[in-house]
Amino acid sequence: MIEIENVRKSFGPLEVLKGIDLTVEKGEVVTIIGGSGSGKSTLLTCINGLEPIDSGRIVIDGTDVHAKGTDLNRLRRKVGIVFQQWNAFPHLTVLENVMLAPRKVLGLTKDKAEQIAVKQLTHVGLGEKLKVYPARMSGGQQQRMAIARALAMSPEYMLFDEVTSALDPMLVGEVLDTLKMLAEEGMTMICVTHEMAFARDVSDRVAFFHQGVMAEIGAPDQIFGAPQHAETQKFLASVR
Amino acid sequence: MFDTTLTLNDLAFLAQGAAMTLAVTAVSVAAGTVLGILFGVIRVQIGPYWSAPLTFALDVFRSVPLLIQLVLGNAFQSIAKLGWGPFATSCVVLSLYTAAFCAEIVRGGISSVPVTTRRAARSLGMTWWQDMRHIVAPLATRVSLPSWIGLTLGVMKDSALVLWLGLIELLRASQVLVTRLQEPLFILLICGAIYFILSFPIARLGGYLEKRWSPND
Repeated sequence: MIEIENVRKSFGPLEVLKGIDLTVEKGEVVTIIGGSGSGKSTLLTCINGLEPIDSGRIVIDGTDVHAKGTDLNRLRRKVGIVFQQWNAFPHLTVLENVMLAPRKVLGLTKDKAEQIAVKQLTHVGLGEKLKVYPARMSGGQQQRMAIARALAMSPEYMLFDEVTSALDPMLVGEVLDTLKMLAEEGMTMICVTHEMAFARDVSDRVAFFHQGVMAEIGAPDQIFGAPQHAETQKFLASVR
Repeated sequence: MFDTTLTLNDLAFLAQGAAMTLAVTAVSVAAGTVLGILFGVIRVQIGPYWSAPLTFALDVFRSVPLLIQLVLGNAFQSIAKLGWGPFATSCVVLSLYTAAFCAEIVRGGISSVPVTTRRAARSLGMTWWQDMRHIVAPLATRVSLPSWIGLTLGVMKDSALVLWLGLIELLRASQVLVTRLQEPLFILLICGAIYFILSFPIARLGGYLEKRWSPND
């Protein structure tokens, strides 16, 4: 379970998270929607410990992410994150990209790491691209590789930060299909997205962020069918 | 039409000089590269404020002409009674000179690795060292290699200045022969050819590695 309690975060004078409270249960899919600069992506990087927080707490399975002495490298093994830019390691083949962390972080043998990598790459439909370098693949394929790379660590939670935003519209579908597949398999996921149809179809709950505040959260039918908050109504009207 | 008094012994003398040039270059580039990597990583890691004294020291080594550094270095080791010979003194000074330039090359190489790529590595649970070893080092090396090859070739030619400390390297050996035989053009032509023969494989190695890596990018 991920528990976020009154989290605040500023970049200089700009406060981007103004007291966020959110609990994500195991197996739940929560999508976060909202305009640019509303703090959605920042929250994900704070959950993963990539950004420090100013106050509040983020607790994952009883471990306070930002407490002194927390082994963030160990924690990140169970909280995978995929970014808007896929950030492939360009000097490694697709297979090596996915094998690297299991080998070096989990200490698996080469054979075992390769077995896991092949399984995950096949899972996301890249079984034929093992020996290809990332530069030779489309953005959608590279993004799926990034998902396989995160999944190869056998995470218990996955965070997706606008993973389709940088993609050609033609390639968005293949990545969303991969996310849907993960959701159906029961992966606990927090997805920041601008894909409203995806949020409606896949989520257990949808949260709307506005100017660093979680203005509204609820079931997809409620958020998309009968939004309560004026800003949610405005936002949804603008994206429809 | 063409007559010379250059003998095989003279050529062997030049070869000895070339060997000294190679030795000074190899030691200086090896030590300078190790130090340069260390200084470059420190500069990136601790930020411009805390690394200011180191940056200043490196700027001094980059700005002061090598000849002055060699003379001062030799005087320093003599005053400090370190007992270093000309070879050791030359290598120490040239190593620091190389390190000062190499640190900038390394800093530039590390800075060229996108922050987002490093963040992706850390998000997988990699430690700082694993990130440096498996992601930053290979990517930074590709960016830095052409500059490092240029530095190495430059140090090889700059190593001629160690003749002022009494070392008989290639250029000094040529000078000795020119004085004795009075055939400056011919001997300097041979000297230049030897420098080219020493440098060419290094330049080609750089080209080969760049070509080998480029299909992946």
